Amino acid sequence: MSGHSSYVPTNRFMRWVDARLPLPRLVYDSFVAFPVPRNLNYAYTFGGILSLMLGIQIVTGVVLAMHYSGNSALAFHSVEQIMRDVNWGWLMRYMHANGASFFFVAVYIHIFRGLYYGSYKAPREILWILGVVIFLLMMATAFMGYVLPWGQMSFWGATVITGFFTAFPIIGDPIQQLLLGGFAVDNATLNRFFSLHYLLPFMIAGVVILHIWALHVTGQTNPTGVEVKTKDDVVPFTPHATIKDGLGMVVFLLFYCWFVFYMPNFLGHPDNYIPANPLKTPAHIVPEWYFLPFYAMLRAITFNIGPIDSKLGGVLVMFGSIIVLFFLPWLDTSRVRSAVYRPIYRIFFWVLVVDTIFLGWLGSRPAEGIYPTLALIGTIYYFAHWLVILPVLGLVETPRKLPASIAEAVLGPNYASGTAAGAAPPSGSVSAPENR
Amino acid sequence: MKKLLAALLAGGLMIIPAAHAQDKEGEAASPSPQAAAPAPSESEVTSNVAGDEAAAEEGEHETPHYPLKRPAELAWTFAGPFGHWDLQQLQRGYKVYKEVCAACHSMELVAFRNLEALGYSEDQVKAIAGDYTVTDGPNGDGDMFERPAIPSDHFPSPFANPEAAAAANNGAAPPDLSLIAKARAVERGFPRFVFDTVTQYQEAGPDYIHALLTGYGQNPPPGTVIQPGTHFNPYFIGGPALAMPPPLSADAVTYDDGTPGTVDQYARDVSSFLMWAAEPHLVERKATGFVVMLYLLIFAALVYLVKKRVWANTPH
Repeated sequence: MSGHSSYVPTNRFMRWVDARLPLPRLVYDSFVAFPVPRNLNYAYTFGGILSLMLGIQIVTGVVLAMHYSGNSALAFHSVEQIMRDVNWGWLMRYMHANGASFFFVAVYIHIFRGLYYGSYKAPREILWILGVVIFLLMMATAFMGYVLPWGQMSFWGATVITGFFTAFPIIGDPIQQLLLGGFAVDNATLNRFFSLHYLLPFMIAGVVILHIWALHVTGQTNPTGVEVKTKDDVVPFTPHATIKDGLGMVVFLLFYCWFVFYMPNFLGHPDNYIPANPLKTPAHIVPEWYFLPFYAMLRAITFNIGPIDSKLGGVLVMFGSIIVLFFLPWLDTSRVRSAVYRPIYRIFFWVLVVDTIFLGWLGSRPAEGIYPTLALIGTIYYFAHWLVILPVLGLVETPRKLPASIAEAVLGPNYASGTAAGAAPPSGSVSAPENR
Repeated sequence: MKKLLAALLAGGLMIIPAAHAQDKEGEAASPSPQAAAPAPSESEVTSNVAGDEAAAEEGEHETPHYPLKRPAELAWTFAGPFGHWDLQQLQRGYKVYKEVCAACHSMELVAFRNLEALGYSEDQVKAIAGDYTVTDGPNGDGDMFERPAIPSDHFPSPFANPEAAAAANNGAAPPDLSLIAKARAVERGFPRFVFDTVTQYQEAGPDYIHALLTGYGQNPPPGTVIQPGTHFNPYFIGGPALAMPPPLSADAVTYDDGTPGTVDQYARDVSSFLMWAAEPHLVERKATGFVVMLYLLIFAALVYLVKKRVWANTPH
């Protein structure tokens, strides 16, 4: 898709620039002329929404950093100063805190869209792997950001999560001490988390550029999973995708602003309005909602497996739950991409969605009674989905018949070949069944 | 197995409010918090074996989860998308805070100048501040000195430090009240928290404070162990009883506007005041939100129309 450039400079100045640094050509080819499948639905607008959220997080974050003190004696009060005395400080902080949550809302929809339509399959393996890298960076950034207000849940969350690393034999303790800058969460920890919290978003932005580059090499997938074949299958990015992504963004912002302005503390934890106190452990330490499925998997391992004790087992399972995503392109053996044409996979996809939400709910429960057992069942299913169901299903499932092309899927089998993209279709094809 | 099923059912129906038996700072149920509700140490949280054993034990003894009773959901003027302060109520609440709560509780994030938001004039705020004495300095001679407070000063704390506060209060330091309305909430549980996203229920803090302040004087269920020096309150989030004695009694505070001095009225007023103290920009936030939502709705409609036009001749 990233072949011939169709950019033509319109005046002497642009010709002059184009001969020296063809940046306008790059932008034109990537975001104006770039061909996108004509049948993309709104699930495909979340890439654009995520770019917007990254922008919002960086802008509000830079402003907050102007007023924040990364010192354990001052941090909590500096955040309250932002809330009370800085002009529009409450807006900046609530946008940033809820922005993190909605960043994850968008990324989870984006990931599940990729799973549903098989976006990770050849030739898009690297595109997918870069996405998983971005996801990991997001998790690290969000975790460190949550520590910065230096409330009770900040402090104890940091204690628990850095404690994971001590599960590893020999190297565990040194890694934990390096992360903490000492033997316990303290001022040194806060300093380095602040520094890294400022650094990582720009690393995310860098990997996002690679992610988009890879996307523009292979082209986008689409709900049929059939590759683009002719220019009838595609429309130019601008105005078609631009306006559709724009609508997706505005609607997403409506949901986001509902929380920012009307219920900004709904997704937070009341304990984080209590200043950090190393001598008082909260009764239940819970991470933010977007980590809950992984937290449930961590706590699901309550038994030793040979030389691996339950703590190391839990940590390995938790990290493994994301590591396994790197291998997804090779674990799914089906040659058909889209779940639209995979009747059995489609069921398992929704079961996985339910399982993940179920694990998230279990992550918010205390580790007592029936909950760890349910978490273990959910965890086993989660891994079975990737390691057993996907490899086997690809071999035994009979997919539905694929359309010959995107244009055929959209316009019906009798569409007049040669219809220019974006032009009016022949009258007979208007009633063709849409295949979203 | 039967027990397992029962637990499952209870979990599903959220009979177990769970998760929030918190050993709150200063409200600690007894001088030795370990005795009442041992907080899990770090090792218990990360090492699951220990946690599981503890959990199994807990199931045996049917440890009650706190609070024993859920707070009632009251009607607050600041609730909902068009929430606003009742300035009369905030002034009454401030009076309750000043005459009752401030004897033990600090409110260090709030400055006297902030009181103008309650409807007081600049001169009135100056007069209010002038009644307080704050320590300033060092002066040119290197000495600390005392002077009347000015509007830019924050509310002085009743105790010199947390240790002094704890020593004077049976070992449990009274928590600072600046953020208390956001720092306390009884977990809503499923499915309430889902409905809350639509109803915009965000008043768990003031509801909790009101319930706690009016929840004294009830008889504990049989078998409840009340530590000496603590007071039973079924609404307390951290245990069966708390160190704070019932702070309010009828006619303890005389309202200037003739509002009857009942415990319920005091509790409502001071809860509203504490919500304001915790979130002084709440009303401004909601008012801004209305304009933002309106703008985004209109913008979304326009973008939708343009989108429809762009795609009109492109089947997709």
